[in-house]
Amino acid sequence: MSTQETATARLARLLTMVPWLVNRQGIDTEQAAADLGISVEQLETDLRLLYLCGYGQMPDELIDAEWEGGHVFVSNADTIARPLRLGRDEALTLMVGLRALAAVPGLGERDTIERAMAKLEAATGASAEAASRVEVAIDEGVEAGLLADARRAVETHRRVHLRYLVPSRDESTERDVDPMRVVNLDARWYLEGWCHRAQDTRLFRMDRIESLDVLDVDGTPPADARLRDLDAGTFTPREDDTRVTLRLSRGAAWVADYYPVDSVDVAADGSSTVTLRTADTLWLRRLLWRLGGHAIVVSPPELARAVTDGALEALAAYGAADPAPASGR
Amino acid sequence: MSSPTGPAAKTERLLNLVLCLLYTRRALPKSKIRDIVPQYGDAASDEAFDRMFERDKDELRELGIPLVTEDIGGVWDDEVGYRIDQREYALPDIEFEPDELAVLGLASRTWAHASLAGPAAQALRKLKAAGIERDVDSLVGIEPRLGTSEPAFEPVKNAVVAQQTISFGYRTGGQGEVNARRVQPWGLASWHGRWYLTGFDLDRGAPRVFRLSRIDGAVSPVRRAAPYVVPSDHRAREMIRTTVGEREVSGTATVRVRQGRGQSLRRRGTARGVEGEWTTLQVPFTDDDALADEVSGYGADVVVVEPAEVRDLVVARLRGALAAHRALTGGAA
Repeated sequence: MSTQETATARLARLLTMVPWLVNRQGIDTEQAAADLGISVEQLETDLRLLYLCGYGQMPDELIDAEWEGGHVFVSNADTIARPLRLGRDEALTLMVGLRALAAVPGLGERDTIERAMAKLEAATGASAEAASRVEVAIDEGVEAGLLADARRAVETHRRVHLRYLVPSRDESTERDVDPMRVVNLDARWYLEGWCHRAQDTRLFRMDRIESLDVLDVDGTPPADARLRDLDAGTFTPREDDTRVTLRLSRGAAWVADYYPVDSVDVAADGSSTVTLRTADTLWLRRLLWRLGGHAIVVSPPELARAVTDGALEALAAYGAADPAPASGR
Repeated sequence: MSSPTGPAAKTERLLNLVLCLLYTRRALPKSKIRDIVPQYGDAASDEAFDRMFERDKDELRELGIPLVTEDIGGVWDDEVGYRIDQREYALPDIEFEPDELAVLGLASRTWAHASLAGPAAQALRKLKAAGIERDVDSLVGIEPRLGTSEPAFEPVKNAVVAQQTISFGYRTGGQGEVNARRVQPWGLASWHGRWYLTGFDLDRGAPRVFRLSRIDGAVSPVRRAAPYVVPSDHRAREMIRTTVGEREVSGTATVRVRQGRGQSLRRRGTARGVEGEWTTLQVPFTDDDALADEVSGYGADVVVVEPAEVRDLVVARLRGALAAHRALTGGAA
């Protein structure tokens, strides 16, 4: 991490690290590094630097740092024994995060959140006002009762029975799930757990859960069940997914923003060509029908054919005459 | 240490400067500071030292360190000295209960995967510096996360917090054209998983909402912009909700849904009768186009009976999709 760290960023880090260590005399080196979010090597480099610093250069004026034998001791650092006040961004992250939590439906800790917020405001002063201009809404699209039930199931390791809507296949499904966590990602709530039907971990969008029953059955997931890495979003393409190329008119340019696409090429006239990967092309067929010709499948041809066939069938259901077979476009 | 001018030497110099200015009760003159902080001894000349010291002072202040200048009289009347006020420097001594630290921890982790992950973790560490936290097993199993993948997030956030007028290129939804905008930022809000900026658009002379993902290229401060005040009744989320959000329910549509299909419509609608494999549903809706979009997606499994406007919109979409793809599939059906 230190390769890009500026001198001032490192100073800020050290000014937090010193009081933290002073109050944890003898902490295990590896533990300290892990809690401080740095490598052991970095920690030792930092301690070597601290050892050379003081309010003067007489031995009794210098900070004392020891880390031989795998334990860290820092003393004679009274001048910086308290951390620097929270910076603007630091205060902002905690205040906005707390306010977001306060908006979570059915969260039992509301009182705790309010107490923490009041203390934080007292500790930050002016930064609190600036933080109020940044807002987050994560309360959307889920009933408080459902969220509370799901959380309780995670906490008590109970299996749940779900009736779950899969809109891309237009199916309502039934399945037993061993819940692992409730996560909110980009304003949507998900229940992640081991799905006995799929024999794999699955993310279930809470707004698509039609019913959730907490069963009186132990719901500890199998030992090899792994939480997904959600850093890249909920969608993870696989190697054997179908590669699709679409041409979007200007009116459908939003598709490139909305769906996870691999590439976007915008032409001079504002139309664009996008490529994406997907395991299931059913949702794409639906998207192409509703876009009414603003998006065209360049490949694969089977998808283009499926769009044509489905549109014809639907038009027949309306008794809408098939427009004259197209000559070109 | 390694290089005397490298970043490590600079951190050492700045830390020594902070320590001596915090330690002293009386403001120290520059000459004295030069004696105390050994790294200043490396300065090649008085001018070099002056430049270095000026820059160091600015950088400490940027970190939020309250470095003050005081008149210290002395031999020359105009001599000034420097010190850091302990009480202004230190985080106030506020004790957090274990359950409060637990929710603060969760608030901090909300940003763990966003551009503010560093400040969020640092803030929590400062609050926890005072003592060893006891683990509280509340709040397990729940994990809110914020994403800030939009490149414009950092500069826009800074402008909102500092109340700094900015200019940027903005892509409009339909046409994809990029226009230059000058905006007095009012607020920043995440709504349905997307970040929006609210503010006063100086070119259009009216309040506007901007989606961060549509900001194209750099966000620049407008120099010598007039100061402004955020309206006291401004609520960013309210403004976004009314500008880009859903409208009120505008009517009820009658649709026929094939057995086992149209699940999202079944959830919202009320069944009015079954005929063979078709169920008739009444579905409240807000917007003709939005309902037409949804129904078109079901292809032959859902048919709009009324209103006629929505029915026509669905047929138009299906015909458009058919015409666009027929060319590719050779016109055969």
